[in-house]
Amino acid sequence: MLDGIKQGLGIVGAVAAALLFVAFFLSWETPPIDSAQIGADGVGMVQHTNPRLAASLEDANQPPISFGSIPPGGDPAGEVYQNVQVLGDLSEDEFNHLMVAMTEWVAPVEEGCAYCHNVENMASDELYTKHVSRRMIQMTQHINSTYESHVKQTGVNCYTCHRGNQVPEYAWVEEDGPKTAAGMTADRQGQNVPTQAAAYSTLPYTALETLLTSQDAQIRVAKAAALPMGDQDPGIKDAEVTYSLMMNMSDGLGVNCTYCHNSRAFRNWEQSTPQRLTAWHGIQMAQDVNANYLIPLKARLPENRLGPAGDAPKATCSTCHQGLPKPMYGAPMLEDHPVLSGQ
Amino acid sequence: MAEYQNIFTRVQVHGDPDLGVPMSEEGIWQRNGKTQISYLAGKIGDAQVGPFYLGFLGLCSIVCGVIAFEIIGLNMWASVNWDPVQFVRLLPWLALEPPAAEYGLSIPPLADGGWWLMAGFFLTLSIMFWWLRMYTRARALGMGTHVAWAFASAIWLFLVLGLIRPVLMGSWSEAVPFGIFPHLDWTAAFSIRYGNLFYNPFHMLSIVFLYGSALLFAMHGATILAVSRFGGDREIEQIVDRGTASERAALFWRWTMGWNATMESIHRWAWWFAVLCTLTGGIGILLTGTVVDNWYLWGVKHGIAPAYPAVFDAPVDPTLMNGG
Repeated sequence: MLDGIKQGLGIVGAVAAALLFVAFFLSWETPPIDSAQIGADGVGMVQHTNPRLAASLEDANQPPISFGSIPPGGDPAGEVYQNVQVLGDLSEDEFNHLMVAMTEWVAPVEEGCAYCHNVENMASDELYTKHVSRRMIQMTQHINSTYESHVKQTGVNCYTCHRGNQVPEYAWVEEDGPKTAAGMTADRQGQNVPTQAAAYSTLPYTALETLLTSQDAQIRVAKAAALPMGDQDPGIKDAEVTYSLMMNMSDGLGVNCTYCHNSRAFRNWEQSTPQRLTAWHGIQMAQDVNANYLIPLKARLPENRLGPAGDAPKATCSTCHQGLPKPMYGAPMLEDHPVLSGQ
Repeated sequence: MAEYQNIFTRVQVHGDPDLGVPMSEEGIWQRNGKTQISYLAGKIGDAQVGPFYLGFLGLCSIVCGVIAFEIIGLNMWASVNWDPVQFVRLLPWLALEPPAAEYGLSIPPLADGGWWLMAGFFLTLSIMFWWLRMYTRARALGMGTHVAWAFASAIWLFLVLGLIRPVLMGSWSEAVPFGIFPHLDWTAAFSIRYGNLFYNPFHMLSIVFLYGSALLFAMHGATILAVSRFGGDREIEQIVDRGTASERAALFWRWTMGWNATMESIHRWAWWFAVLCTLTGGIGILLTGTVVDNWYLWGVKHGIAPAYPAVFDAPVDPTLMNGG
């Protein structure tokens, strides 16, 4: 009898241990983790990195092969070709140089130019991809000219996000998580299932929609005064949305909270790092390009390019950063094609 | 030689079941007279299981508790479309959320927080019935009501989080979700919204009593185990008739830290530390958002949040420039 109980318990214990092992340990990173102090002594501002992930991160974040730049001069592309709406002032050579690069960066190898152009009539706008490309060139110029506060002199080009993919791997669409029973059962309120968008927390996976699709979004939740001033907004649920966005940023950049904030006072700017200002401009930039460039593409995109909720793919920090504080370790992106700077 | 005392008892002595003192009350509720011997229970405590007293209050508490548990669990299951595999896999993430802020203190539709309100209602009732049961059972045995009052301290924190503070703030959305990870993420969001709970002095006190409880528990448990070879585990006898176990335990602490609690007072220390943990914690939560909106700034104002040396060029809030 006792032996039976002991044996039974042993089996139950072994199964439970195996399940726990699978559930927890396999999703963890093995120590040791490198730590580097970045703040004053005693404030716990430390950046953690896993040196064993460095090699694969480096492989995944190599800048594109450079084909050099073309000196200006020659006939303007706008005169040589028809229907050149954005890049008409480039010389023919510069224009073709950029077209070849874009084909490398974005188009599938087997389709080449035909991915965006009707090769019988290159000037035709009949393919949706051509319209999208034109808007994306304008977006790139807008980012480089308006958001120098974020992209600095490094700038961005198509490859910063696309990396050879037709749709950037880290673009996001509205998530709805696993199907619910709906009806009169409790609504999940856009949270409480693990999603990559919320960095596998239970925080709202709808945070990117709430905070990164309009330029009026209210992200700050902590108050600027010690005592209540009469208004109770924002509430704790708003704080969860902001927290989720911050997790998404942290995950996308491969950094801790303390890369930008002193976590004793998240709101306080005097104790924040200079990176917080860069990140702040990055949030403005993401809101801008989502609202004014990416969301409007929905009207032109075919169904297979839309998310399950029927929305266009949009940008967040990881769309460019892809796990690094600086995309592709800060490799300059405008040297070969200065026209993308939008100046 | 086989040992009887200490945790993980190696020898279990079984006699006739101990049925306890006779019931003083008349009525339909009696103790369930059946007892059984559990080898596993005997490993860590008394091998005898039962008799059990259910009673009216116990029955009410269990019924309300099961209703709350079912509302929470079934809604969690519904949130993954009744998929049993997903329910088990995602259980730590699943939750029953309080209503959104726009509902204030009104009663929302079931799907939008109504179930949460109902679960909270039945859970509160269940806990209240259980508290009454603790109180009346202690009285029925002629005991003091220390357990009930210690439990009341925990109930205070529970009520502040789920009822009193949301009512003062005018919104159920300020309350805690029912869920394993969700209530933890909620806690972090709560601290972020209210400017870092670590600068809340009642939170500080609560931590003191929490860690203090663990320390006292370790010190007391270790002391008694260490002198159990002299009969020190018979604590009650040692209180009224101090023997060598008590003398040695007291001497040990006087030698090592210069002073000792007594066999009796150590239990008051432990009780008060445990009670004050949730009592002060509840006060801290109650003041958050109602009286103080940003605990860090409150700490700066009252000189408890020191400044640290600047090690980088801190940026200026960009919304303060260009007219915001």
